[in-house]
Amino acid sequence: MAAENAPGATEYILHHQTFLSNKAPHGIIDFSVINYDTVFFSVLLALVFFGLFRWVARRATTGVPALTQNIIEWIVEKVDEQVRDTFHGTSRLIAPLALTIFCWVFLFNFMDLVPVDLLPAAAHGAGLGHLKVVPSTDLNATFALSLTVFILIIFYSLKMKGPIGFISELTLQPFSARNKLVQALLVPVNFLLESVTFLARPISLSLRLYGNLYAGEMIFLLIAVLTLSRGFHALTSIGGWLGILGQFLLGFIWTGFHILIITIQAFIFAVLTVVYLSMAHEHH
Amino acid sequence: MNINLTLIVQMLVFALLVFGTMKWIWPPILNAMEERARKIAQGLAAAEKGEQELSEARDKADAIIREARERASHIIDQAQHAARDLVEQAKGAASSEGARILAAAQQQIGLDATRAREALRREVAGIAVGAASKLLGREIDARTHADLLDQLAMQI
Repeated sequence: MAAENAPGATEYILHHQTFLSNKAPHGIIDFSVINYDTVFFSVLLALVFFGLFRWVARRATTGVPALTQNIIEWIVEKVDEQVRDTFHGTSRLIAPLALTIFCWVFLFNFMDLVPVDLLPAAAHGAGLGHLKVVPSTDLNATFALSLTVFILIIFYSLKMKGPIGFISELTLQPFSARNKLVQALLVPVNFLLESVTFLARPISLSLRLYGNLYAGEMIFLLIAVLTLSRGFHALTSIGGWLGILGQFLLGFIWTGFHILIITIQAFIFAVLTVVYLSMAHEHH
Repeated sequence: MNINLTLIVQMLVFALLVFGTMKWIWPPILNAMEERARKIAQGLAAAEKGEQELSEARDKADAIIREARERASHIIDQAQHAARDLVEQAKGAASSEGARILAAAQQQIGLDATRAREALRREVAGIAVGAASKLLGREIDARTHADLLDQLAMQI
């Protein structure tokens, strides 16, 4: 069954891996290309997040809150607690930043729970050849988040420690010596180690999210392959029915797992951002 | 999969979104929550205070009731004492009055008896004189026989 569908399956998956962009990209980095689908869905989800939270914020009552306000306040409170636990300085930016990251990334990931073929098929009907609906399966989207966080890390490190403090943090540890000469020899070693640690942060942040969601989407695609290109013929054979049943059960189970994954990934991204920024704030 | 202009656009959208959240979402929601927490704390404190006041008032009321009860029983005692005194007094007065009345009556009786005895004596003397004069057939001069008559009267 898998063998006879093999060419179709490859095409199907590759089709789902292709962005709706202005033109085909050349090479790994090509700034003349833009992925319309990623931008469209992330802006749409940003509006969903901002609209909902702004709506609640405008009519926030100090009395007994209604259900929506209750849910929103619960999220806000959890984020606030998390930030207070981790970050001990005073910053008006970090808690809203963590809230934005958590909600936005959660909504990105949530698009993965929309049936994989639903929106692409609708887009196909509207004349669009390709559509990727999950922004967090686009490295551009995840790197946009992590690079912005990275810029903030550098900004706060410079602000709190000064350029000299920042540079000494990168060069005078983990190895240090009393002897000036030995210390001078240790500086390049330290710098190498610390740079790797430092640069690993944005890369790990974005790749972790991307990897999890890419894999999740791929599993949905593989589950969808079970009944690929059989159409209504599937209803005429036992194998077809088994395929439908298998797709339904596996899809159901994987969606259940994926709800946890998407929430945890959004949470990890937000918490690590707070951790990195609080490390940037602290003196050693 | 490649890195392209989407990255820059996404960063701008993200920056804008964080700015918006920081300015228009986080402060109002958190303020509302803090304000509510403050209100609840106030309410709880007021409730506790009210409870305390209630128990104080209850204690005070208890004390007042206890005092009133004590005073009432005191008054009742006093009244009982006074009543007993009054009854004793009345009894005393009544018995002395009775004795006085009795004495007066006895005196009166004595007086009446004496008077009656006197009158009877005179009458008997008159009758005796009458009878004697009839027996003697002559008049007895009362004046001349006054001593005799008196002696007679004394003997009766």
